[in-house]
Amino acid sequence: MNTAIRAPALADRVKDAALAAFVAFALLAPILGMETVVGPDGRLTLAFHFDLVALGVAIVFIGRLLFGGLVAGRLAVRREGGPISRFLSRYSTVLGAAGLAFAVALPFLPFSSRYVIDVATTVVIYVMLGWGLNIVVGLAGLLDLGYVAFYAVGAYSYALFAQWFGLGFWTCLPIAGLLAAIAGILLGFPVLRLRGDYLAIVTLGFGEIIRLVLINWHEVTGGPNGIADIPRPSFFGFPFTRNPGEGEIAFHQLFGLEFSTMHRVIFLYYLALGLALITNLFVLRIRKLPIGRAWEALREDEIACKALGINPTNTKLTAFALGAMFGGFAGSFFATRQGFISPESFTFIESAIILAIVVLGGMGSQIGVVLAAAVIVLLPEIARELETYRMLFFGAAMVLIMIWRPRGLLAHREPTIRLARRGGAA
Amino acid sequence: MLEVENVVTRYGVIEALKGVSIRVERGEIVAIIGANGAGKSTLLMTICGQPRAASGRIRFEGREITDLPTYDIVRLGIVQAPEGRRIFPRMTVYENLLMGAVPTGGRYLEEDLERVFALFPRLKERLHQRGGTLSGGEQQMLCIGRALMARPKLLLLDEPSLGIAPILVRQIFEAIVAINRERGLSILLVEQNAYQALKIAHRGYVLASGRVVREGTGRQLLADPEVRAAYLEGGQ
Ligand SMILES: Nc1ncnc2c1ncn2[C@@H]1O[C@H](COP(=O)(O)OP(=O)(O)OP(=O)(O)O)[C@@H](O)[C@H]1O
Ligand SMILES: [Mg+2]
Repeated sequence: MNTAIRAPALADRVKDAALAAFVAFALLAPILGMETVVGPDGRLTLAFHFDLVALGVAIVFIGRLLFGGLVAGRLAVRREGGPISRFLSRYSTVLGAAGLAFAVALPFLPFSSRYVIDVATTVVIYVMLGWGLNIVVGLAGLLDLGYVAFYAVGAYSYALFAQWFGLGFWTCLPIAGLLAAIAGILLGFPVLRLRGDYLAIVTLGFGEIIRLVLINWHEVTGGPNGIADIPRPSFFGFPFTRNPGEGEIAFHQLFGLEFSTMHRVIFLYYLALGLALITNLFVLRIRKLPIGRAWEALREDEIACKALGINPTNTKLTAFALGAMFGGFAGSFFATRQGFISPESFTFIESAIILAIVVLGGMGSQIGVVLAAAVIVLLPEIARELETYRMLFFGAAMVLIMIWRPRGLLAHREPTIRLARRGGAA
Repeated sequence: MLEVENVVTRYGVIEALKGVSIRVERGEIVAIIGANGAGKSTLLMTICGQPRAASGRIRFEGREITDLPTYDIVRLGIVQAPEGRRIFPRMTVYENLLMGAVPTGGRYLEEDLERVFALFPRLKERLHQRGGTLSGGEQQMLCIGRALMARPKLLLLDEPSLGIAPILVRQIFEAIVAINRERGLSILLVEQNAYQALKIAHRGYVLASGRVVREGTGRQLLADPEVRAAYLEGGQ
């Protein structure tokens, strides 16, 4: 292992930098180097900016030469989590409790405006999606690039069941979870024999197929126009309206409060928090059960698992179905929160963000997912002033984080189970 | 209890086993020795159905298992401690042992853990250490211990002495003999360390280029001049 830590030799670094410069050239030449301008005769012509391209390539070459080795070295060194990870996961119960207390108190803190609670709700939903996908990617080690498909299935099931059959949110929630899980099994069954990159590509395709079905199946899904007027959530039957309909009692009347639009915002926040907590408890519990350990074992060594009597297909399928189910729950919530859904909401970028949360969180770490979701949702919010450069900033921040912590924010894995100590052995 | 008949195994066009027949009786230790690439690991893996035999038959306790999926074969009682150990490096020793208990559904957990610890006290000391940070010898103990947690009727061991210091090798071989004596567990043992293996084996087979070229009792093979010349000279 020692050899891996040593920085590569100079010749290798020059070669590596040259390669990077070549890639930069290929990218920059069309992007920076060519511009269509209106010529003197009114026709479009190409103007070339070789200086810009040369500058860009030079920056990449020198930067790579100076810092490339550094990055490679760090990547090689970081195998398990460092002291920070270990600290965080050792005290995860304390941190978890503190985080939960903060989350519960949040709507009543002085700085909690509507905007803060809205953003917090988004964070919580991404935490939930991260925890759901964590089952598939973090625990079972199956690279799923189409997770958003299950989110979409959940959202559309709620929207459609509510619209057609007038079912309420709490009835639709389990249905949405079930349908998403079934979608997970349908996808998983044929493809789980595939490994690694192949699986990633097929799941990517599945995500797109679901989106295309949503766009093209006008009669049911409303096509690109989506579904509007999705019933908003009620407080277990008591709507959040100023003037409830005949025979109805509104939330504020029930509790004798002044009507406020904040009630619904806060309720949605707690609803998301509740769903996320259910996900978390479920994952924590199942990790300690044989099936949860089997997922982790499968990720480490599939052949060894087979030799220990584990059926890999069924084991992966459960991971896929359960991960999908939580995606479905989150989807229902999304639909009721927005009141409007369309295929636009379920593009690949969503899958990528959720996956980024899991990877950034440290693949399998529950608290890591929370940190990562907060980072990923809040970074673009903080960067709002940067406007055009927002995504650039976001990308750069992600790259820096991955250099700083290549195995994710929290890479340390705590054992799922310990033997009760008898007689102070070990 | 195990009969392998004329088994042929291919990897693409390479024929790794060219019609191998062996058998293991209840309570026996059977050794398979042979040079690198002779097909020893392939034979053990084929018994577990991974890869599948291209032709030939494998029977266990009178039942044909040639086409059963690996996990069903394991549940019938054939458990392998595979080549290269293949323990789960990020999981602790305890978690690794629990993974071994999957086929029994964890019914005899306490009892089986105690038996593994009695055999390899070292594992008890390292119970909550990550598998990947164990020494090679400890990993081998864990690998065998994990296989035993499945309560096998037939234990397949692939090169348990590979890359391990002589003193640990002795311990491991002693443990193998102990398992066999105390529980009457049948063992099919693949070894490079031919001398040690044949010494503890009731019977043995010599495999060369995918064929059985010799068979006999452990003692016969140890005395066989050709076996000595090919696998034992300079060994020990
Ligand atoms: N997965 C595989 N794909 C292709 N060929 C393989 C594969 N596994 C083994 N082989 C080939 O099959 C032959 C037998 O290999 P096997 O691993 O069974 O040998 P072995 O007797 O266990 O050797 P060693 O003592 O080195 O472990 C070798 O020629 C090897 O190259
Ligand atoms: Mg081998």
